[in-house]
Amino acid sequence: MADLITYREAVAEGIAREMRRDPAVVCLGEDIGAAGGVFKTAAGLFAEFGPERVWDTPISEQAILGAAMGAAMTGMRPVAEIMFSDFFACCWDYLANEIPKVRYMTGGQVTVPLVVRTANGGGLGFGAQHSQAVENWALAIPGLKIAAPATPADVVGMMAAAIRSDDPVVFFEHKGLFASKGAPAPEGHVVPLGQAAVAREGSDITLVALAATVPLAMAAAEQVAADGISAEVIDLRSLIPLDMATVLGSIARTSRLVIVEENPYQGGWGGTVASIVADDGFESLDAPVQRVTAACVPLPFADVLEQAVIPTTDKVVAAIRRLTSY
Amino acid sequence: MTVESGGATTAALQDHASQAPGTPGTPGEAGGLVQLLTPEGERTDHPGYPLDLPAADIRGLYRDMLLVRRIDTEAISLQRQGELGIWASLLGQEAAQIGSARALAAHDMVFPTYREHGVAWCRGIDPAKLLELYRGVSHGGWAPEEHKFGLYTIVIGSQTLHATGYAMGIQRDGAVGGDGAEAAIVYFGDGATSQGDVNESFVWASVFNAPVVFFCQNNQWAISEPLERQSRIPLYQRARGFGFPGLRVDGNDVLACYAVTKKAMQAAREGQGPTFIEAFTYRMGAHTTTDDPTRYRLASELEMWKLKDPIERVRAYLVRTGQAGPEFFAEVDAEADQLGSRVREACRTMSDPPPLAIFDNVYTEPDAIVAAEREQFAAYLDSFVDGEGEGR
Ligand SMILES: Cc1ncc(C[n+]2csc(CCOP(=O)(O)OP(=O)(O)O)c2C)c(N)n1
Ligand SMILES: [Mg+2]
Repeated sequence: MADLITYREAVAEGIAREMRRDPAVVCLGEDIGAAGGVFKTAAGLFAEFGPERVWDTPISEQAILGAAMGAAMTGMRPVAEIMFSDFFACCWDYLANEIPKVRYMTGGQVTVPLVVRTANGGGLGFGAQHSQAVENWALAIPGLKIAAPATPADVVGMMAAAIRSDDPVVFFEHKGLFASKGAPAPEGHVVPLGQAAVAREGSDITLVALAATVPLAMAAAEQVAADGISAEVIDLRSLIPLDMATVLGSIARTSRLVIVEENPYQGGWGGTVASIVADDGFESLDAPVQRVTAACVPLPFADVLEQAVIPTTDKVVAAIRRLTSY
Repeated sequence: MTVESGGATTAALQDHASQAPGTPGTPGEAGGLVQLLTPEGERTDHPGYPLDLPAADIRGLYRDMLLVRRIDTEAISLQRQGELGIWASLLGQEAAQIGSARALAAHDMVFPTYREHGVAWCRGIDPAKLLELYRGVSHGGWAPEEHKFGLYTIVIGSQTLHATGYAMGIQRDGAVGGDGAEAAIVYFGDGATSQGDVNESFVWASVFNAPVVFFCQNNQWAISEPLERQSRIPLYQRARGFGFPGLRVDGNDVLACYAVTKKAMQAAREGQGPTFIEAFTYRMGAHTTTDDPTRYRLASELEMWKLKDPIERVRAYLVRTGQAGPEFFAEVDAEADQLGSRVREACRTMSDPPPLAIFDNVYTEPDAIVAAEREQFAAYLDSFVDGEGEGR
């Protein structure tokens, strides 16, 4: 078997493959040049593609996204990095008002084929302003696509799909997964956005997860397997487009659903999934839908406290037991 | 202009050379650098900044710088030993921080970044409090109003607007001009000057004539990005375009930093509005303990700046002028040793906060969802009490 690669390496690999394929792809962001990104997710890009295609920018998130939008209008395919997804708040005008609306407001005349990459999520003790999982922020904005891969191969395959997409894509790279390892992506690997993956098959209960909650759900499934509970784990992979067919198909067999989300309960993406299940899958259910989410509080620095706020394997196990006892 | 980062290093070096440190300049003029103590420890005069500090005060500045450097060294080694999550070193910036902070009045308000350990020290924050944050056992730490020192800010640049708004509050309280007048000072880096917020704060402070001093520590680097990635003109010259004075001070000269800050704060308190101070200095360490500067900058650059060490020059001056002798230096060293072990001990014995603390202070009044989550989580924790004995 080929050597495993890390999620972190997969990010740079995924971008590099597209840059080799298409000269219109350029990268811009803070510290992505000689430093290779503060998370080393841009490692090697500057050496291979040089300053013409890898731009270390002044420290301004607004300018990074605003300029990426302008560059995209000229036919480039910019891959913009916002160092921490929390800083979306610093450039929200471009993410919420400008980028997602260009196509619509120009009657389809202007598209902005850009990718906004960002290090997302918690679990590393970075505190309230560097740890949030904010896929749900983007979910509130029609016009954006949302990718959030959980494995190195998916990072590469979804990066290809995101960069080739003519619509703007927000690409969430989970900080807690950077060091995780997996099989490398085969040559030419493309994972279309909007296709969930069944990460583990099961028949008693469905666990729907995204990014870093996928390994949590897998660990919980493993744990309850010892008690004879067979849990199916679905990795949504992207939120827009959202593959509800896979989720509904699964609960038709298992009739129980746990959604594992890293964002707070209020306004979390699982609320949308649960709502669609209520509309289209109600007859399948034998128990209430349970969401395992972060608490509705800011994220603390302290490791012990952060674990208290965000979903953990134990919390997922507790939810599974509650539903299977119905 | 070089675009490539590696090449940028040399360009930045040439830029430093052309600034001819040591040449007294007039504030606001290109190339001017306010300096009162040369790197060799020679006292120089500057017409705009006469300064006559008693020996005891200069010894005090030396002591402050030496002690905060020790706190910094201890923190770095505590991080290496796994006792702290991360640390942002102030190494090389002691003069900029101590000089400016000692020039403040007790009632002036300070808005720091995450690197202002020297300023925190001068505002009476126990160094252990700073470590709590970097160890991750506290969300913030100190009481900002009590110390007149805001919380560390880690979203780059936002504190410049906080300071501007605070200064406008001072104005509206009628605390500008006269006895007991107040002003605010905000610290930020060279990298921060590219942020919209920072430029917006300049506009606001200017049009409202707010009593705020913008203290920019230009340490030449923003993580891996050299100054030329942020600006093509000396930073202090930007102030002019916003309509207020800007000046560049030798940021490794504690006396000059003291003098320029004193004057700028006084002007702000008297109703003359904002000043931009660019303290020209150098980040001698890594950006934080997770950064490796060898990836992007030359070691020779650091060697050059070591010759301008902010502490060495004060020591040389004190010795040469006979204002301090071996006993004094031995005393301060011993004090630093003591402080170092106290900080180390305090850090190691910090206890983790109780899990249910996550629900505190989300809102001023109880919220139904948060309250329900708290209750559920308490029950969840209790479910472990028999089995694994995990307490709250
Ligand atoms: C809004 C925002 N963007 C990016 C970052 C990541 N970041 C942390 S420190 C830093 C560099 C800041 O450089 P500078 O202002 O020169 O301050 P220094 O660290 O040199 O003291 C960056 C980009 C951040 N914390 N906040
Ligand atoms: Mg800097």
